[in-house]
Amino acid sequence: MPDEATINSPPDPTMHQGSLPANARKEGWWRSGAPWIWLNATAVGIGVAAVAGLLGLIAARGLAHFWPADVAVLSLADGTVVIGELVDTEYTDPSSFAQAGQQGAKPIERWLVKTGNRRLNGPDFRWVPAESVVDRTFPGDVVVFERTEWGNAYGRIAAIYENGALVANGIQAWEEVQPRLKRVVELREDVTATRATTIDPVNYKLERLRLEKRRHVLEGSPEAPGIAQEERVLETTYQDAEARLRTLSRAMQRDSVEVVIMDGRTFIQPLSDVIRIWQPNAMSTYEKLLHYMKSLGVFLAGEPREANTEGGIFPAIFGTVMMVLLMAIIVAPLGVVAAVYLREYARQGPLVRLIRIAVNNLAGVPSIVYGVFGLGFFVYLVGGTIDDLFFPEAQPAPTFGTPGLIWASLTLALLTMPVVIVSTEEGLTRIPRAIREGSLALGATKAETLFRLVLPVASPSILTGIILAVARAAGEVAPLMLVGVVKLAPALPVDAIPPFIHLERKFMHLGFHIYDVGFQSPNVEAARPLVYATALLLIFIVIVLNLAAITLRSRLESRYEIAEA
Amino acid sequence: MAEQHPNNWMAYRDGGTGASNDLALDPAARQGAEQRQAPLQEKICLDVRGVSLFYGEKQALNDISLSIPQNRVTAFIGPSGCGKSTLLRCFNRMNDLIDDVAVTGEIRLNGQEIHDQSVDVAQLRRLVGMVFQRPNPFPKSIYDNVAYGLRLQRGMPRSEIDDRVEWGLKSAALWEEVNDRLKDSALELSGGQQQRLVIARAIAVEPEVLLLDEPASALDPISTLKIEELIHQLKNDYTIVIVTHNMHQAARVSDYTAFLYLGELIEHDDTDTIFTTPSRQQTEDYITGRYG
Repeated sequence: MPDEATINSPPDPTMHQGSLPANARKEGWWRSGAPWIWLNATAVGIGVAAVAGLLGLIAARGLAHFWPADVAVLSLADGTVVIGELVDTEYTDPSSFAQAGQQGAKPIERWLVKTGNRRLNGPDFRWVPAESVVDRTFPGDVVVFERTEWGNAYGRIAAIYENGALVANGIQAWEEVQPRLKRVVELREDVTATRATTIDPVNYKLERLRLEKRRHVLEGSPEAPGIAQEERVLETTYQDAEARLRTLSRAMQRDSVEVVIMDGRTFIQPLSDVIRIWQPNAMSTYEKLLHYMKSLGVFLAGEPREANTEGGIFPAIFGTVMMVLLMAIIVAPLGVVAAVYLREYARQGPLVRLIRIAVNNLAGVPSIVYGVFGLGFFVYLVGGTIDDLFFPEAQPAPTFGTPGLIWASLTLALLTMPVVIVSTEEGLTRIPRAIREGSLALGATKAETLFRLVLPVASPSILTGIILAVARAAGEVAPLMLVGVVKLAPALPVDAIPPFIHLERKFMHLGFHIYDVGFQSPNVEAARPLVYATALLLIFIVIVLNLAAITLRSRLESRYEIAEA
Repeated sequence: MAEQHPNNWMAYRDGGTGASNDLALDPAARQGAEQRQAPLQEKICLDVRGVSLFYGEKQALNDISLSIPQNRVTAFIGPSGCGKSTLLRCFNRMNDLIDDVAVTGEIRLNGQEIHDQSVDVAQLRRLVGMVFQRPNPFPKSIYDNVAYGLRLQRGMPRSEIDDRVEWGLKSAALWEEVNDRLKDSALELSGGQQQRLVIARAIAVEPEVLLLDEPASALDPISTLKIEELIHQLKNDYTIVIVTHNMHQAARVSDYTAFLYLGELIEHDDTDTIFTTPSRQQTEDYITGRYG
């Protein structure tokens, strides 16, 4: 009984006091490793926050661009009126305006207004000090014109003219303009279709005939009899198409709109140059959402306009994806074969070690160096030789001896090959000797073991290499500028003209597009949201490509998991 | 191919090897066979004559000669590093895979010198199947593991592969346990099942000889028992050579036992003789546990 009482009684709190040093708790915390864990967790937190912040900023800035913002009418103290979208707000230290006579302790709030109407006003963005604004309204009848030239226009529709004759004015004008714009849009689509289906192929065929004639001249052989006849037929087709285009163009010129802009001036806007019109202040949220989706669609699927600052970026998306896929197709077999030789067949010695070190170091060579090499070797040497051998009739104009898609893909394949080699080798090393011996003991030759067992089991590692290669290649810009990327490619590398895939063509690329729009554009304010939008898209494409490969890899991994020996 | 079908496999074997060289009757082949050889009234499957093996400068086997009779279990015993696994790996030329290995002497499989230029090593290894110390199933499904060797023989119809996989798994006493999950990964099997799967894989390609390199050393006692029962059944159809550390196992499963020590063949005789009245002192010392 006394024992039980002892057990059940609470421990004496003073019991250990004397035996512990005074700073035991603190030291205990330090020695428990908790600070180290906190340090690690903080580092991870900072990393996650940085990535989230980056994506958040890019997404917010890029995606907001397509929202049909309300158009404000600002009456200023000096009597002028400014119409435009409020794009940005900034608080400026007044001392930087000291020379402008604005002395004051408080920071000045000023608004960036997209005023459009570049043709009449000059710059289409304008800073307005908030304190100078007397009145700010959002009248419902303000119309935004998206135009093929000169950027957006903001104003009110005063009247509509058909072949110079007044059709409608005032309130009816807005009702009247919609069907007329729809007609113009349809005509414009017709023009584009005619160009794509008739003019371009005919031009291409005429060029082929010209080259064929020239080849006959170079070879000294008599001209094939059909050529002149064929040329005449094409010529006629061309004339017909031209005539059709002229008709369409005249039809498009029919209607025009008289627009009153902010300071009361008016101008005549031919509808043929208008892409879309909308009254943002009168739109409901749902209508704005529809408009937003449409704008996003145009951005993704359309051709660029106005030095790439407007319109879509489809050619750049297409070029990026195609270049990366082509690169992956080239680099995968090359890298895998090289790794298999290094790991499976080559006698492991100093030479192989040296080669392995060299391969690893190749991954660290600055990418522009690869660009220079690609230009010198692929473009000039290989491409030039191909031209000399197969396209003498096109000389001195180069066919393959000029930067193009195939050379860009080859250059990037070279750049990413070390990554594929290293990860493939890693995968091959991880396969236990016992499994290989098991295969050989069943009567498989070394090659059979390689193809039936080793490579399938190593395939997740190979895919890891390809994933890393794709991620790197999609983000590379510097070498591409030397070997194939251009600001504006006249045609996609894939089209309806045989041989359908034109690997020698120059192409557009999202990374270069970002650089070009952001830093080479005459209209920086207009281009800035597009930089964010394009950057977001580039990230998105890299993620999609990687996700596809990662899905495939995890499927292979679950199929060929290796028992940990 | 039809004669090799599992169902009349026995007929094929008897017909194919009935007239094989009974080396006991061949005085020339008996030359060099020493007095310590097993009695050779049996049909000889593998005949080893004066085999020495070098890893670079180091000699691992020294002038080994012995005959391994057909459809019997021969056990190699001896302390670690005595060369018993190395000798086993000579029979299907697995030592070729190691750099700097040199083999001298003759090894005849049914009278055919296996080091001969005309011998296809892959074909030899198909005839001489091997099971390793640790189960080494391929990271594939159970079915694919057994079918692996069959698919190497080009042109075998799918239905025949199916039949042979089933037959192989049945022969290895694994069919009952896995027939409802042939598509599952082989790595999900237990260690003992994996080892029987590896045996099934080796049997499926219809070898003549099965080399077992300490097949039960990584297994628990129950799995070991199953493997030993399996060896008993398999010896009706195959010539089995087993390397083992476990002398009780050797005594239980083998008909003949060879004792190796430091790369030398010390004694080769009936298992009963070796374990009851060994002619060499070294053998007796090892068996009674004085060293090893």
